[in-house]
Amino acid sequence: MPRPGFVLDVDRSTPPILFHHGEGFRLERLPAGRSRVIYPAEPIEPLKNPDAAIRHALVNPIGDSEPLTALLKPGMKLTIAFDDISLPLPPMKRPDIRQRVIEAVLELAAAAGVDDVMLIAALALHRRMTEAELRHAVGDRVYDAFAPQGLLLNHDAEDPDNLLFIGTTEKGEEVEINKRAAESDLIIYVNINLVSMDGGWKSTATGLASYRSLRHHHNVRTMQHSRSFMDRHASELHSANWRMGKVLKDSGVKVFQIETTMNNNVFGTEGPMSVLQKREWEWSLSDRISMAGMKTALDLMPQRTRRQIFQNWQAPHAMTSVQAGEVEAVHELTTANVYKQHLVPVEGQTDIMTMGLPYISPYNVNSILNPILVACLGLGYFFNLYRGKPPVREGGVLIMSHPTPWEFHPVHHPSYIDFFEQVLSETTDPIRIEAEFEKSFAEDEWYRHLYRTSHAYHGVHPFYMWYWCSHALQHLGQVIIVGGDVRAVRRLGFKPASTLQDALEMASDVVGRDATITHIHNPPILMADVH
Amino acid sequence: MKALRFERSIARFAAANLASRLSPGGGAKVGPLRLRDIDPPRLPGDDWVEVLPRLAGICGSDLATIDARSSRYFEPIVSFPFVPGHEVVADLPTPIGHLGAGRVVIEPVLGCVTRGIDPMCAACARGDLGNCERIAFGAIEPGLQSGFCCDTGGGWSTRMIAHVSQLHAVPETFSDEAAVMVEPTACAVHGALAADVAEGDLVVVLGSGALGLLTIAALRRFGRPCTIMAVAKHPTQHRLALELGADSVVLPHELTRAVRRASGSLALGDGDIIRLTGGADHVIDCVGSEESLTEALGVVRPKGRITMVGMPGQVSVDLTGLWQREITLAGAYAYGTETLPTGQRHRTFDLAFELVEAADLGRLVSATYPLSQFETAISHAAAAGARGAVRIAFDLRNEKERNRA
Repeated sequence: MPRPGFVLDVDRSTPPILFHHGEGFRLERLPAGRSRVIYPAEPIEPLKNPDAAIRHALVNPIGDSEPLTALLKPGMKLTIAFDDISLPLPPMKRPDIRQRVIEAVLELAAAAGVDDVMLIAALALHRRMTEAELRHAVGDRVYDAFAPQGLLLNHDAEDPDNLLFIGTTEKGEEVEINKRAAESDLIIYVNINLVSMDGGWKSTATGLASYRSLRHHHNVRTMQHSRSFMDRHASELHSANWRMGKVLKDSGVKVFQIETTMNNNVFGTEGPMSVLQKREWEWSLSDRISMAGMKTALDLMPQRTRRQIFQNWQAPHAMTSVQAGEVEAVHELTTANVYKQHLVPVEGQTDIMTMGLPYISPYNVNSILNPILVACLGLGYFFNLYRGKPPVREGGVLIMSHPTPWEFHPVHHPSYIDFFEQVLSETTDPIRIEAEFEKSFAEDEWYRHLYRTSHAYHGVHPFYMWYWCSHALQHLGQVIIVGGDVRAVRRLGFKPASTLQDALEMASDVVGRDATITHIHNPPILMADVH
Repeated sequence: MKALRFERSIARFAAANLASRLSPGGGAKVGPLRLRDIDPPRLPGDDWVEVLPRLAGICGSDLATIDARSSRYFEPIVSFPFVPGHEVVADLPTPIGHLGAGRVVIEPVLGCVTRGIDPMCAACARGDLGNCERIAFGAIEPGLQSGFCCDTGGGWSTRMIAHVSQLHAVPETFSDEAAVMVEPTACAVHGALAADVAEGDLVVVLGSGALGLLTIAALRRFGRPCTIMAVAKHPTQHRLALELGADSVVLPHELTRAVRRASGSLALGDGDIIRLTGGADHVIDCVGSEESLTEALGVVRPKGRITMVGMPGQVSVDLTGLWQREITLAGAYAYGTETLPTGQRHRTFDLAFELVEAADLGRLVSATYPLSQFETAISHAAAAGARGAVRIAFDLRNEKERNRA
């Protein structure tokens, strides 16, 4: 029976606590008597027979939906959209969930005589997936059957000939999505819900949308009014997507949603990485040796090698649920299943929150976690992994640990480089950034060219990363990065510290000397349910 | 009199070149520049006068000379031994011509008038003093400027001589620091106006040392309205560039991407930029190195213009792009007479006086040293940007020998 997540009060006997630190780790002693550590739940039991569960879900839909077998008809136009490279994290061992689901769907489609089928990676403004990445996601059989005929595509949010304006929400938000999908008799969306933010109407209304449509909810105002965007019912981001979903539904766009959840088995139960999934006081002698060996070896390796090792890691996480049918009903159940794995009850807030940032975020798979993505991972994703209120009080201090190198992947993140060099050198204020700089980046012809023809994130994407931070920036009194490149950290507008002790000392200027501390022991992922 | 004198010595020249490779400004310790007691220069004629330097700046061309990095191009247009120092504010002890006794700034170019050449050359007749064709002829020895001629002396001493045509009275309101900035400001004014920037152009100023900063100020005051992007390595330079009129300031490694964004250019390369397809309308190179010229060629648009204001030397640069993109590469040396965008013509020094006052350029003098500390002064000047400084000058005002008469 997997143990749930829990909160450990740090005392003198508490061993040093693991902090992820990019492609490395730190072991830090937290002050006794005023610190607590939130641990994630152990991986919950996976589905024993995921393929059978998928087949069952397809013919036993949830909500106001017919079984998929009834929706598939000869002569129909069918589009299967699926989540892109940003999910799951880290990429999972083969077979990927998407492959399992898509193969099951295609079997039913073939049996029903459906021959007009298109597969689309619903990547919104993310980078196009490479052949290897697509093969990993959908499997070789599906890839070889569809890609050579041009029937497996990356969504292109800048292709004027393949976007369709659907209408506007009651709040004036424009809805424009992939034309092929919009004109299909049925869209089947294949989703992986790594965190509670994923899925629902966000899948179609964001994943298949254009910049014209996305800008209505990917903005500072939306982020500052989402408390948090991991809690769908308190998230303005989701409200906007749900309004857009209504426009899609009312216009006749028909979506059959298939959502899946997965467990926390990120580092496995065997091998040297498994120690990262254990609680420190339970480390065996071999775990300690593993950690010491890993740390030493990683410290000796060149950065490039370290990055390669980590980026090659494929997680053994397994599917814990699958539900299909009508979007909203499906998503309610999915969210409940995500919460089963992630939610950890937490009492009250502290003055300081600490977190060790790992090597990966949704936007640097097979890439580099550049400084903007470091900020987004900490202040965007990890900070927002709460329900109720953040574990750190308003005006409190966030201490993150990451090397934060001044380094970018030029193919994947060309506009990030310019954002970092030209925008953040002027201001770090999200509101000013949005007003003064967003349009010119979003409409930049070179970025558009690279997004459409190479593997670059859209020109506006770094802005979204910064907007993702805006709720945290509004909430916090100070942000400190431990062990980061000093110039890069300063460019982000944060304070650099060389050790956790230095960071706590610096934080005391803001929150006092006896400040209380919460450490978020993530990954594996947890979501603080703060009362 | 006490003077820093640059003497012809092949061995010391070689030593300076070597030392400067180890440490910029290192040529001062081992090179041909020596602190000497020498006889004051003799007056070549009635229209020459002795002046007593108060402050004398150390500029990039001086540093290149001391470090033996300047081009052999100069050999026939300088005369040894010479006392450097061409950015000079001095005391004029006795009235001459239209000038009463008082402080003067020296306009150092040694053109036809100073050399007693009549009729003067075509360039001098046009007022383009910097282009004088007779700088190695006439009544005094070769030397393109005071400070490079064995007959005139230079500002790095307690006494030098100047032709009456070289003297500009310093207004009472000017500090010595402001006055010593007039000559380099005149160079910058000339460079800025030579670029002939059109309204709305994107202008990149490479280098934010003294010359770069002054060029930014000159573009802003006398040029047509344009967007100025400055390149600065150091925080003080960055701040001053913005204060003096730059619209944006970037680090050297950020330049190409910044120009691409500002010009709306496309780029060759998959995220990393191999080459811009467009670029800036103008690049004003205030560095004059192989790297800066390469950089200028990389960010200027087709049919754009590069104006070299910083003194270059012998460089190796791929000019294929200059040919294929029909780029104009032009020099801008010294000063003379300028035509403003309004069509009005002014002497460059008059404009420089105006700019120094309007932009408070005396603040750019960061530190001064007595002649006896010349090695420290030179090394400070050679690392000015990194040390948060802009212009370093020699302060002659308290030299005992100067005040003994």
